[in-house]
Order: sequence, then C-alpha cells, then structure tokens
Amino acid sequence: MAAHGAVAEQHKGELSNGMLGFILFIASEVMFFGGLFSAYFIARADSAQWPPEDVLEQMKLAGTAAQSVKLELEFVLPLIATFILVSSSVTMQWAVMQIQKGSRTGLIWGLFISLVLGLTFLTMQMYDYTQLPFSSGDTVWATSFYTLTGFHGAHVAGGAIFMLVCLVRAMNGQFSAAHHEAVEACSFYWHFVDVVWIALFTTLYVVG
Amino acid sequence: MATITLPKAKGYERPLILDWITTVDHKKLGILYLYVSLFFFAVGGILALLVRTQLAVADNTFLSNQAYNQIFTMHASAMLFLFIIPIWAGFGNYVVPLQIGAPDMAFPRINALSFWLFPPAGIVMFSGFLVSGGSASAGWTAYSPLARTLGTGMDLWIIAVAMLGVSSTIGAANFLVTMFRMRAPGMTMFRMPIFCWTVLVTSVLQLLATPVLASALVMLFIDRNFGGNFFDPNGGGNAVLWQNVFWFYSHPAVYIMILPGMGIISEILPVFSRKPLFGYKAFVFATMGIGGLGFSVWAHHMFTTGAVLKPWFGFMTFMIGVPTGVKIFNWLGTLWRGSITFETPMLFALGFLSMFLIGGINGTFSAAVPVDFALHDTYFVVAHIHYVLFGGSVFAVFAGLYYWFPKIWGRRLNEKLGQFHFALMFIGFNLAFFPMHLLGLDGMPRRIATYNDYNNWELLNFISTLGAMLIGVGMIPFIVNVVQAFMRPKDQPNDPWGANTLEWWTTSPPPVHNFDDTPEIHSERPLFDLRQGSPGGH
Ligand code: HEM
Repeated sequence: MAAHGAVAEQHKGELSNGMLGFILFIASEVMFFGGLFSAYFIARADSAQWPPEDVLEQMKLAGTAAQSVKLELEFVLPLIATFILVSSSVTMQWAVMQIQKGSRTGLIWGLFISLVLGLTFLTMQMYDYTQLPFSSGDTVWATSFYTLTGFHGAHVAGGAIFMLVCLVRAMNGQFSAAHHEAVEACSFYWHFVDVVWIALFTTLYVVG
Repeated sequence: MATITLPKAKGYERPLILDWITTVDHKKLGILYLYVSLFFFAVGGILALLVRTQLAVADNTFLSNQAYNQIFTMHASAMLFLFIIPIWAGFGNYVVPLQIGAPDMAFPRINALSFWLFPPAGIVMFSGFLVSGGSASAGWTAYSPLARTLGTGMDLWIIAVAMLGVSSTIGAANFLVTMFRMRAPGMTMFRMPIFCWTVLVTSVLQLLATPVLASALVMLFIDRNFGGNFFDPNGGGNAVLWQNVFWFYSHPAVYIMILPGMGIISEILPVFSRKPLFGYKAFVFATMGIGGLGFSVWAHHMFTTGAVLKPWFGFMTFMIGVPTGVKIFNWLGTLWRGSITFETPMLFALGFLSMFLIGGINGTFSAAVPVDFALHDTYFVVAHIHYVLFGGSVFAVFAGLYYWFPKIWGRRLNEKLGQFHFALMFIGFNLAFFPMHLLGLDGMPRRIATYNDYNNWELLNFISTLGAMLIGVGMIPFIVNVVQAFMRPKDQPNDPWGANTLEWWTTSPPPVHNFDDTPEIHSERPLFDLRQGSPGGH
C-alpha cells in the first residue's frame, strides 16, 4: 500500500504503515463510541430515575407509549453472549499465535471457531431484541440502549466480515509466519469490539 | 526460429477525464480538493450575498422567513464543511508530501476515497433545496428542538455532514501516517516545516473529534427517523445533550478551521521577510497547546445553558489566548528587522495577521462569562466568527493560493491584479463585518430575517451589505488573474520566491514522483540553509 520510495523493510517489532493507520482508525472508532456513551451518561445524570419509569408513566398517559411497555432487560442470555464473545477474542488471539509459528491449519481453525462464536453472539443479540418488552421510542433509556447495542452489533458484523475475508485468504494459503498483517489487524479490531462490549455490558446490564 | 517484433512501447495514456477521476496522485487530488472547495466558496458566497441583500434595509421582504433560514444555514454549512475544512485538506494534500520530501501520501488510494466522498456530500447537502420543506434551516449548529422536527432537508444535511466526517477522519489518519513515516532522510519531526506541524495537529483533532460529531449526527438521525428520544424532553431526553456532544466536536473544529491557515502564514512571513521563522519550537509547542486546550474548552459555548462548570471553562478559554499570543509574538518577531517585500502572498499574510488580532481579542472578550451572557446570540458573535474565519482563514487561503500558485500551476499570478484583489477584499471585509460589532453591542440578534430601524441599525446594516458586495466584486480581479495566468505558458523556476522548504527544491510543477533527489536536511528550512551556507541544526 505504501508508495514507492519509502516502502521500508518491516523491522521486527515496528509497526508497518498499514498497521499504524489501522490503529489510528480504531482510535477514531473509540471516540465514536465515546460520544454515544457520554450521551448515555449525560441522559442518565439528567434523569430523576433510571430507568426513567416516571417518564414512561407520563408517556403512557399521553398515549405515546403502549401500556404493555416495561423498561426491563433480560440478564442471563446477554451474560452467556458475553462469555461467547470474550471466548472468541481468545480463539482469535490463538489464531494469530498459530500463524506466527507458521501453522496455517491452526490459523484456519482459530479463525473458523472465532467466526462461529461471533455469529452466535449476533444471533443471540437478535433473538434478545425480539424478546424485549420495549422499543426504541420508549424513553431515552430505550433509545440509548438500542443505539449503543445496535452500533456495537454492527461493528461485530463488520468484524465478522473481516474475519471471513481472512479465513478465505488463509484457506488460499496467503498467510505465513512472515506475512499475516491482515490477520493481526483483524484481531486488533476484534479485541476492540470485544472491549466495547464489556464496557457496554457493565454499563447497561451490571450497573443498570 | 520465428522472431517477433514487438511494437515500440508507448507511455501509458488515458483520456484526461479518466486520468483525473482515477488518480491517486496526491498533487492531483490536492488540486481537485482546491477546485471543488473553491466552487463551494463561491456558492456559499452567493448565499451570503442573498442574506446581506435581505438585511440591507429594515423590514425587507426580499426573502421570506423560511427562505432566509434555509439560506443562512446553508451559507454557514457550505462555508465550514464544504469550503474551509476541505480546502485545508487540499493544501495539505498538495504541500505536505512535498515539504517532507515524500513521493506521495502513505495511502494514496485511501486518499482518493477521502476526496471522492466530498463532492457527493456537497450535492447531497444542497439537494435539500429540491425536497419539500426545503433545505436544512436550523443553523449550522443544528440545535434541537428545531433540528428534530424539520423536513427531509435536515436528513440530507445530516447524511452530508456524516459523509464529510468520514472523509476527514480517514484523511486525518492518512496525513498522520504520512508525516510519521514518509519523511525524507534527515527530516526529523522537529525539522518539519511549520505548515506540516499545523496539519499534523489539525489531523489529531480531526481524528478524535470528528467521530464524536458523527455520534451526535447518528443520534439526531435516530431521533428524527426511528422515534428516538435523545433530544426530546417528553421522552426523558434533553436538547442540551446535543449541545454537549456537538460542541465537543465543534470547539476543536474551530482550530481545525484555523490552524493550517496559521501554518500557511508561518511559511509566508519568513520568506518575504527573508529571515527564518522566529521561535520555531515555541511555535510548534504553541500549536500543540492549542490542540490540547481545544478539547477542554468546548463547554464555553454553553455558558448560557447553565449546565456547565463556568469558572473552569472560562479560565480554560482564557488559557487558549496564551498559545495564540505566543504565535502572534513569533510572527511579529519574524517581521522585526526583516527585509520585507510586499508581494501578494505577503499582503494577504499581513491581512491575516491584523484581522486575526482583532478576532482573537474580541473572542477572548466574549470568553469572559458575564460578557457572553450579554452578547450571546447577537451580531457580535457573527462579527467574531467572520473576523476569525474570513479575516483569518480566508485570507490565509488566498495567501496560500498566491504563494503556491507557481508551484502548482507553473505560472505566476499578476502582482497588480493581486494587489487590487487584496485591497478590495480588505476594505470590503472590514466594511462588511466591523459594523456587526456595533450592531451586536447594541443588541441586534443574529439569525433573524428582518429588523426594525432601531438606533440606526438600518445604516449600519446597509454599510455591511455594501462591504459584502465589495468582497464579491473583489473576486473579479482574482478570477481574471487566474484565467490570464492559465493562458500563459508554464515558465516558473523551481523556487521563484527564494523560499525555505523542500517543495521549492523540485520543478514547478513537480514530476509525478515529486523528487529526483533531495538535498541534505539540517533544519526546518533546507533551502535557506543552502542559500546562506549555514546549516543551523536543531
Ligand atoms: C462575502 C462574505 C460573507 C458574508 C457577507 C457573510 C455574511 C454572513 C451573515 C450576514 C451571517 C449571519 C446570518 C444570520 O445570523 O442571520 C453569516 C453567518 C455565518 N457565516 Fe458568513 N458571510 C461571509 C463569508 C463567510 C465565510 C468565508 C465563512 C466561513 C469560512 C462564513 C461563516 C459563517 C458562519 C459559520 C455563520 C453562522 C453564524 C451563526 O451561527 O449564526 N461566512 N454570514
């Protein structure tokens, strides 16, 4: 990718231009989620109750929210999903270590398992969405819940596509112990998505 | 044995249009950025003239309230998002790789992607005029509740600004990697020209602040289209929430819009004073200081909402004055005892300096909390914005255009026409915007379509409109100048000004690969060192 002249040798331990650029990109993603999180915390600090049951009552009286709405989250399913996503980060790292040692089979298995775990997470999240007793318009609490988890889910999906590309390339034998930058980038991204989820889970489900 | 005669290899040729559309050359992309952003400058300028025509006399009926709101909103949005921010990317694209002795940006194809998000975003934003309800009309700050309830034009505005956000975020990452990794041998970080430093700090601000804007836009879009409640008090949300998140972006954005301009000025003043920049390192640290503080003062814009820790942010806003003061000191120190000549780039640079002083002073003035309460939402704010963005940034844009024109297009612009252009713009600018200070102090609110002739408001407004027209007329000599230059053959030597930095080492315009060789680099001004024979290293 780097232009002619300056395609320096990739020294051991030094980031390539591409990796550096990718890390900067992830930094910008952190700021994006930072914006969404701060909105959540500001809204929370401004509310008399959290979840804002008082606002919901008002909305029910005004007819802007259905009577059946409840501001309640399921806990067990997301907890299991959290374990699954964290495991996928572990298997992803294992995949990177395999190719660093030169094991292509290890890489393929590592990527495959991580991908399956990632897709399982997404499926569980979608199922969870169908079960929740509130929709995105039912108070700012609900809006921020769907916005945060939805954008996170979109990032998981993006990461899964990245993984799929790496998997196909791995099966075509395009990676080796010396050349597997895309896999490393993919793992960075996946860990980032994982960390965001842990922050989300703690904020939304544990602290509540 | 059969022999095959191969036809003589021809150079790789493509139709000109295709060549420009598919280019990944930083110089061509830089030129494209310049062209497109100057186009939007013209569009934004025409909208400004419509605004001024409406305000020329009291109780005017030239524009309806609704049309006025759309036009001033689109004026501000075009000037900020489609002109100033992208034109810095244009200068940065063209100049940064040349100044650090690199053959191109670090990621040429991503560079092309950054550029090609820009013209479509402009089209999307302006297509608001075609949908029912018209374009966005909530001001460029898009405050709720208005922004939640407007028509489709607002959605188009959101999409356009988000596209531009993506463009500048990936562009910023590209600039950073380029400057971290692509410098010529000998060019340490502290030997990078000041312009590069200002682009570097700007890029950091863009990388970290623009995504926050994107998050705010996402929330607004969700509120508008998916029944969200972020900014709706009836759903437990809060309109001030938008302001918190939006200003986290927009305060750094103020520096995003001015820092590269300061960089350009800092390239030009030394060249035409024939002295190195006074206090290079102090300047670099001041630039970093402005970048850092930019993040900590965002809430001063919300003084009047009562939601923030006032003394702290008032103090931080004053603090911003310190690095800015350092810079002004650097510039004056550079001029001091220089053998100054007044070519057009220098005229615009000096124009910048004087206007920026005024803009800076009245900005610090309104940072004082009690004053802000009185002036908030008056024409004083409009005056301040234009002293900084027009008197500052736009003068720097023209300084840069006159300065780098010989490098980019291989011809020099005519001095007489340049002086004429400068004179009209300088006089027009002060006529247009100085009266706004008085109007603001007298309490005339901004963002209104009509006013009563209270306390001679009509006279002051009329003068302001005349000034605006004069600025418009002032563009004629510039356009004539450019057209005439393009009709002349390319005749410029490598370094027509006797400049200091590497872009003047190579030919005008440079070859595709920029440099056949680079000189030894011992300081941030390698060409100066070569001329003076005094490698003054850092
Ligand atoms: C011919 C030159 C210009 C004229 C006559 C002009 C005139 C005006 C006027 C009269 C307003 C106030 C509208 C209102 O509050 O009702 C305004 C707003 C604004 N202008 Fe300009 N302008 C010019 C150039 C520029 C440039 C070059 C920029 C930026 C690079 C700019 C940025 C803005 C912004 C950001 C606002 C919105 C202020 C707000 O938030 O209320 N203008 N302009």
